[in-house]
Amino acid sequence: MEVDEKTIAVLEEKAWHLREKIIRMIGAAGSGHPGGSLSAVEIVTALYFHLMNHDPKNPDWPERDRFVLCKGHAAPVLYAALAEAGYFDPSELDGLRKFGSILQGHPDRKKTPGVEVSTGSLGQGLSIANGIALAGKLDGSDWRVFALLGDGEIQEGQVWEAAMTAAHRSLDNLVAYVDNNNLQIDGDIRNVKGLDNIPARWEAFGWHVQEIDGHDLAAIIEATEKALATKGKPSVIVCRTVKGKGVSFMENQAGWHGKAPNKEQVAEALKQLAQRRDG
Amino acid sequence: MAKGDMIATREAYGKALVSLAEEYKDLVVLDADLSGSTKTAAFAEKYPERFFEMGIAEQDMLGTAAGLAAAGKKPFASTFAIFASGRAWEQVRNSIAYAQFNVKIAATHAGVTVGEDGASHQAIEDIALMRVIPGMTVVIPADAVETEQAVKALLEYDGPAYLRLGRSKVPVVMDDDYQFQLGKAATMREGDAVTIIACGIMVDAALTAAEELAGEGISARVLNMSTIKPLDEEAVLKAAKETRAIVTCEEHSIIGGLGSAVAECVVKSYPVPMRFVGVKDRFGQSGSPAELVKEYGLTAGDIVRAVKEVLAAK
Repeated sequence: MEVDEKTIAVLEEKAWHLREKIIRMIGAAGSGHPGGSLSAVEIVTALYFHLMNHDPKNPDWPERDRFVLCKGHAAPVLYAALAEAGYFDPSELDGLRKFGSILQGHPDRKKTPGVEVSTGSLGQGLSIANGIALAGKLDGSDWRVFALLGDGEIQEGQVWEAAMTAAHRSLDNLVAYVDNNNLQIDGDIRNVKGLDNIPARWEAFGWHVQEIDGHDLAAIIEATEKALATKGKPSVIVCRTVKGKGVSFMENQAGWHGKAPNKEQVAEALKQLAQRRDG
Repeated sequence: MAKGDMIATREAYGKALVSLAEEYKDLVVLDADLSGSTKTAAFAEKYPERFFEMGIAEQDMLGTAAGLAAAGKKPFASTFAIFASGRAWEQVRNSIAYAQFNVKIAATHAGVTVGEDGASHQAIEDIALMRVIPGMTVVIPADAVETEQAVKALLEYDGPAYLRLGRSKVPVVMDDDYQFQLGKAATMREGDAVTIIACGIMVDAALTAAEELAGEGISARVLNMSTIKPLDEEAVLKAAKETRAIVTCEEHSIIGGLGSAVAECVVKSYPVPMRFVGVKDRFGQSGSPAELVKEYGLTAGDIVRAVKEVLAAK
């Protein structure tokens, strides 16, 4: 189904809000992971503000769709979306990574309303998402499970154990996204561990695979709808993204994987975001 | 089941799952290609839609169990102790315990009595590995009677737990009217000169040792400490105060297990001389269970010697 322009315009506005929040909260925290948070903004925006059935006023609503942030270090993008959606007061974002905050360095389901599972140790999230999807199937539930993985993350062997499980169990109530920004801490994923042909790898494991521009909101929505309409197998959407997307000095820089911008850089980043948004 | 019957705790576990399945509709079971050995196969046959064969992928199995728990199921995940506690340790820590998911890890083939498979399959570190995780409950039943009750108690308990089970047949040591209580030690025999605190297969050996000691005029109390964590500190301190000497017995390394848990408790509140019966910082090896308990110092005779040592230090 074609997504109308008005919907996309609203979502684009949300995406810029999320980017601003990410920069501000990591700047205030003095540490965190901007690169992989910014690359996943459109995916998370499309999910929380268009695709997912959820109720911020009732985080435990049994019929809600579930989201698992496998790449837990991108917590800022999730926190920004949860705050924007109304799961908690946006002023909490200033507490990111600080002692006593509800916003831990990596997602903690016990502390943050709206966080389904605690993640941060890479490679573990997809198995958990599978378990949730299996429970949904067992109960004949209509809700769906969405999982967001990093591309570097899929170097973890457990991801492929989970990939086998999802295909073997025909988990068509599960959609996984790979945030394919091509960079991990030590550099290009293809140099670090020869990680190319990502779609072919998932295909070989029995998944329905699509490859899209991960910053194209309409493409994300259309691919997700196609994924959900695919029966009998799990779906993965490999999203080509830009690490640090939206901030010129962060884009495609591995160095911005886990580094906070200083005061001047925050100001410059916010200026750029405002310009891009208005331009 | 009558006292003295020889039944492996894994057998009792498998039976308990089946017998509890109707009452607990949310009970689901996972296994990693070992359902014949862990004895989850009977549940799998009777309740195939609630059984998840995960293949040889223990990390994925425990993560999947976390997800099932996240959606309200009560998963029991089974594999050998070495894989549950060792290979998948970080999944147990981060995916399950840190998130406080209600996952029960029922690990069979613990300790050297795995026997012929040898050291690669003999978990002698698992109590330590599980006990150190914040919020993790650790239960080691002494026999089939206690296993059945522990499975039910853990189904009722909401939180992560590790249930340590054995491969070999062991005698039933509990009376018919025994009632397992999570977090409570059971006094198996009264005594005032020394307390032998044991878990798992060592409870039977401890009772044999106590009988032998009684013949020599030494009155030994025997506690079955089937819940290692949370430890029944009250029972430990009572033993320390009343008998002033403690010997711990476990089919596990003497580093980090039951003995360490008891020592941590005693040292801070009421220090008394202690001795530790267990595997002395070595790996296991192939052999029959009987040969191995002898080689690794896990017999009633070893307990008797440890009691005499600790009495000399009193």
